[in-house]
Amino acid sequence: MYRYDDRDRTLVRERVRQFRGQTERYLAGELSDDQFRPLRLQNGLYIQRLAPMLRISIPYGLISATQLRRLARIARVYDKGYAHFTTRQNVQFNWPRLEEIPDILEELAEVEMHAIQTSGNCVRNITTDEFAGVAPDEVEDPRPWCELVRQWATFHPEFAFLPRKFKIAISGSEQDRAAIQVHDVGLELYRNAAGEVRIRVFVGGGLGRTPMLGEVIREHLEPRHLRTYLDAILRIYNRYGRRDNKHKARIKIVVKAWGAEEFARRVEREWQHLKDGPNTVTEAELGHFRSFFTAPEYRDPEPNTEAEIQAQTGADRAFARWLERNVRPHRVPGYAAVTLSLKPVGVPPGDVTDAQLEAIADLAETFSLGQARVTHHQNLVFADVRRADLYRLWRELKTLGFATPTIGTLGDIICCPGGDFCSLANAKSIPIAEAIQREFDDLDYLYDLGDLSLNISGCMNACGHHHVGNIGILGVDKKGEEFYQIQIGGAAGSDATLGQVLGPSFYAPEVPRVIGRILETYVRIRHEDETFIETCRRVGVAPFKEWVYAKAA
Amino acid sequence: MPRLLRSSGLVEDDWRRLAPEEQDFGGQRILVPLDTWLTHREALLERVPQRIGIWLDGDQEPDAIANDLARFGCIAIHFPAFTDGRGFSCARLLRERYGYCGELRAIGDILPDQLHYLWRCGFDAFELPDEVSLDTALDCLGAFSASYQSAVREAARG
Repeated sequence: MYRYDDRDRTLVRERVRQFRGQTERYLAGELSDDQFRPLRLQNGLYIQRLAPMLRISIPYGLISATQLRRLARIARVYDKGYAHFTTRQNVQFNWPRLEEIPDILEELAEVEMHAIQTSGNCVRNITTDEFAGVAPDEVEDPRPWCELVRQWATFHPEFAFLPRKFKIAISGSEQDRAAIQVHDVGLELYRNAAGEVRIRVFVGGGLGRTPMLGEVIREHLEPRHLRTYLDAILRIYNRYGRRDNKHKARIKIVVKAWGAEEFARRVEREWQHLKDGPNTVTEAELGHFRSFFTAPEYRDPEPNTEAEIQAQTGADRAFARWLERNVRPHRVPGYAAVTLSLKPVGVPPGDVTDAQLEAIADLAETFSLGQARVTHHQNLVFADVRRADLYRLWRELKTLGFATPTIGTLGDIICCPGGDFCSLANAKSIPIAEAIQREFDDLDYLYDLGDLSLNISGCMNACGHHHVGNIGILGVDKKGEEFYQIQIGGAAGSDATLGQVLGPSFYAPEVPRVIGRILETYVRIRHEDETFIETCRRVGVAPFKEWVYAKAA
Repeated sequence: MPRLLRSSGLVEDDWRRLAPEEQDFGGQRILVPLDTWLTHREALLERVPQRIGIWLDGDQEPDAIANDLARFGCIAIHFPAFTDGRGFSCARLLRERYGYCGELRAIGDILPDQLHYLWRCGFDAFELPDEVSLDTALDCLGAFSASYQSAVREAARG
């Protein structure tokens, strides 16, 4: 894991001091609301429906046990005893007091954390695959690259007042688990025929009001040019992105207006001036970033582990289920990656209490080298668990309520905070998630449905990624009443697809029944071994639509 | 008269800024809008070069003056709103691509909290609203003592 050096520590400390000054000037009336807004947003501070909300950065989702404990302390001392993990691999506190934010930032700085650029019209937290470094299909560990890009983006003097927010995701595996095609910039690390790392650059993807998939503007970027090429993209966007309409200000609008080819040409022209300049990445630098993410000293597998696991699964069906859904293969024999579900029924997806955070920290230390990862599905991952420890870990997780064996199923809903918390939301989203989880709580049914993502957003801003859910639910406001629009066929990942809206929207109480009809349609028409998304791709929306809107006979 | 923060301290601005349509080219030092310069270049060239300055908006193309930079005693980039970051890119282009070495000032709606980034992008003079104290401005200007990436100042040290 990356550790701060003197420069990181200095900068974070100076940022806390800067923000303390800004907060004091605001409270003293020297900064107006309008002036303070962009400044506080670049420190992750929103003024929400009920209280301020503070979004803390978890760079590319990696967090240590020490940091988890500090989040627990902050939740207890400054908040109402819980925290919320987001779809951007960050964490949010919903009840801090404005005057205390600088103190919270100071507490974070002590454990090498911050809230820098977690909001505002700047480059946001870099996101990646939660299985980085351990996935069997990985071709290049994305974490050193994430750190490189994080540093490039942090306090970039030219790009702090962009037309709109800017999100970058990096993937280094065959299967894209970082949803790079729905980011402003997506970077795919791969190896060319000679085995050298190259970068495929996607630009202009994004969800929100105008969902779009990114397009490739450069196929084979050499690593040393990564920063200067990003500088060129951002400069084109900063200069020519629209600033007259907030809803048309993302980079995707420029890419669409010019066409990807013309956009690529303009970036190329700009880049010719920057290429090989002082921001060129050196081998030594890359080596430095890589040195933080070398493989730990894995232990050899014990010979009887697999036989024991077999006996345990035979004796305990619940363990077998968990093993099947929540445990993934690791590139090193004898190890596994375990997903902790933060989606038990009745708890808002992504929410954890202070005590739970501390318990997770303890477990991370006992079972996974003292680290955890936050996923964009709002779960946590222990990436380095010995297979010999799986049964013991499962029992601990079960006691804590993190062993709900529904990862990747309908029960593993992605859901934004929605109208219960967020001032942007048109509708509530958490109660919808809960109603669906309650309606479909039969594990056998969930397993029969297989891999199926259901994503819920409370407004067009799409924090719940509804466009790329196999089933997507969007809260809309119609003359002051909350309705829900339902779409199907979306997918994130290597075969990213935007879902299609089924038809007129529904009242909240109707949603579980509608989801039921979609599922019935799938079960009726699926071919053997066909997943939900495969069926959608084969037949389109028509059969689903027909049954959803069929009049009661 | 607007106050200007330079490396020498807080000074009164001794440049007269012409409005977009204004054609009175009199006075010691005048700051001419880019469009006026492009239209009246010949007439303006009769003045003592170092007493001519240009001001442009962040959305204007600095390459329009790339070949004339040596004629200007001052270039000002105007920020229509402090949230409009185009001027940051414009400044770097003038300094790094076109090699402008004279005074580069940020005018219009800027916050003291932006001074540090403005400085890193190549500005060396800043128009300050009356309500901002020198202490606040200097504090903001020196907000950070390190950086992660190379911009104008870091490249110059390079």
